[in-house]
Amino acid sequence: MEPTANPRERRHRYGMVIDLDRCTGCGACTVACSVENNVPPPPERSTERTGVVWIRVSEAQDPRPAGARSVFVPVPCQQCDDPPCEKVCPQRAVELDPKTGIVAQVAVRCLGCRYCMAACPYHARSFNWFRPEWPDGTAALLNPDVSVRQRGTVEKCSFCAGRLQAAKAKAAAAGSREIDPADYVPACVEACPSRAIVFGDLEDPSSEVARLARESESFRLLPALGTRPKVLYRSVEPWVRASLSQPEVSRG
Amino acid sequence: MNLKLPAPVSFAAGLAPALAAGWLLFPRLLYEEVPQPLPFSHEAHAEAAGTTCDGCHALGPDGRFAGVPRVEACAGCHAEKGGSPGVDALVEGYVTPGREVPWLFAARQPDNVFFPHAPHLALAKLECARCHGPQGKSAEARPFARNRISGESRDVWGPSIVRRKANAWDGMKMADCIRCHREAGRESACLDCHK
Ligand code: HEC
Ligand code: HEC
Ligand code: HEC
Ligand code: HEC
Ligand code: HEC
Repeated sequence: MEPTANPRERRHRYGMVIDLDRCTGCGACTVACSVENNVPPPPERSTERTGVVWIRVSEAQDPRPAGARSVFVPVPCQQCDDPPCEKVCPQRAVELDPKTGIVAQVAVRCLGCRYCMAACPYHARSFNWFRPEWPDGTAALLNPDVSVRQRGTVEKCSFCAGRLQAAKAKAAAAGSREIDPADYVPACVEACPSRAIVFGDLEDPSSEVARLARESESFRLLPALGTRPKVLYRSVEPWVRASLSQPEVSRG
Repeated sequence: MNLKLPAPVSFAAGLAPALAAGWLLFPRLLYEEVPQPLPFSHEAHAEAAGTTCDGCHALGPDGRFAGVPRVEACAGCHAEKGGSPGVDALVEGYVTPGREVPWLFAARQPDNVFFPHAPHLALAKLECARCHGPQGKSAEARPFARNRISGESRDVWGPSIVRRKANAWDGMKMADCIRCHREAGRESACLDCHK
């Protein structure tokens, strides 16, 4: 069953450009994301490898001998146009929505085999090693627009699909099938204090994100793999662009 | 005694009780009835109070569907006790202390499903009864049938254990959503309906 776009609707390709020259590595995006998407706080026994995170902020070093500089790199799901995770999923729990370009991870369908985690070259997926637990009183503060995932399933960034669903419902109530772009902004974009992340529809050539994506300072992680991510990065520093395109450095 | 029956007869003799157990007993074991917190008559409110559906079940401008009004909306007409035991229970238990009525919704889908009323009402112009049946005209709140294993409402599966649909609104599994979407020429992606 290949979902096809509905002829009455415009296609979108949501994407983002992250300006690494602006990122200070503060981690506000990670926190805002976890709150929005009901990512449970890690239990004490969890380690760096077993926690759940949808947008990880890693650090890359200047590989040249003289260079002591480093750069922070926030890595959400890269929302590939050719996602390796989708191909390996035996359950078809991963689906690239042709209407939006968003790679869906359907929690109820996932059986937890973690093939997708092995397939993802960006380490953008997390496995729920523990039953989600909420400190006293915080369960009532969960976001009702995002379901809580079970232990034993894989999860990842959905470009805050719950916000897109809400924006679509709002448009529908007003009799429209097109959302107001201002109603759909992911939590990380909203939270970033240095406005390093620009989000929008890459299909719309007049959008800010499409304009930035065309500029020569913009690049993708590991372009040689042909996954064609819709998350792009930019930096005026040539060493940043060069080293993040190499597998060794971006494996943070 | 050595009773020798022809094979089809003994097969039928075994099958009949198995089917009876599967179709009659199993649903009773699987579902438990949970009573509603209050008696509520849609019929009485439409006739005696002349309220329309959207007086209580309104689609907000933000696209969210207010399933049932907050208790303040009931308070407008039910500020004082008297009339019937149902009204007394409402006033005493909820209106005076300002507590919301914990209604049980038969249509309620599992947590991972995103169902927006907005496109179905404002764009597709569907009648409430297409999906809910004649609930809006009912004289009493339906008791809620809960699946003992999953906790889901029976309305998701539907009244027939073999999923025979006598009415369009019998059952609202994923296949039922998708069937209607296909009839409307619409292919949905997982993320349209799942969260
Ligand atoms: C006075 C307020 C009021 C009005 C007016 C009203 N309802 Fe309701 N409705 C309720 C309450 C309270 C409930 C919850 C109790 C119950 O299930 O009966 C409810 C429940 C329902 C449900 C059941 C949902 C479920 O999943 O169990 C449906 C369907 C429904 N109403 C449809 C309608 C329709 C259609 C109309 C217009 C003909 C209407 N209602 C008018 C208050 C109202
Ligand atoms: C517009 C005024 C109005 C509103 C708003 C209203 N009611 Fe009523 N309600 C009435 C009237 C009038 C009756 C008496 C009908 C009768 O006795 O036949 C009634 C009767 C009742 C009864 C008693 C029925 C019985 O069979 O015992 C209950 C319970 C009740 N209402 C609950 C509610 C709840 C809950 C709400 C809020 C969701 C609500 N009402 C909102 C006017 C209203
Ligand atoms: C396309 C089918 C469909 C139509 C048309 C529809 N509903 Fe629903 N309704 C549902 C489903 C499915 C749910 C369960 C939603 C959930 O659990 O998230 C629901 C839930 C409800 C609830 C329970 C409260 C809630 O918010 O979950 C009420 C009350 C209700 N509907 C009333 C109505 C009324 C009144 C109308 C007409 C104005 C209507 N519905 C039209 C499918 C429909
Ligand atoms: C009786 C037919 C019918 C049923 C049953 C039905 N739908 Fe729909 N639904 C529609 C139609 C028609 C549209 C398209 C509205 C439009 O854009 O004109 C729609 C649109 C939607 C949309 C918006 C799609 C988008 O691209 O944003 C969602 C989400 C949705 N339905 C979810 C559901 C779910 C979940 C169920 C089952 C619980 C369901 N529907 C059951 C007829 C139905
Ligand atoms: C038109 C709306 C719609 C679409 C599109 C949709 N689903 Fe569902 N899905 C539902 C509803 C409603 C339920 C809950 C009712 C049920 O159990 O069938 C559900 C339940 C499920 C379940 C649990 C089934 C069970 O029996 O417990 C899985 C797994 C699932 N969906 C996977 C998917 C996947 C994978 C996709 C994309 C290929 C998808 N769904 C697309 C509406 C939809």
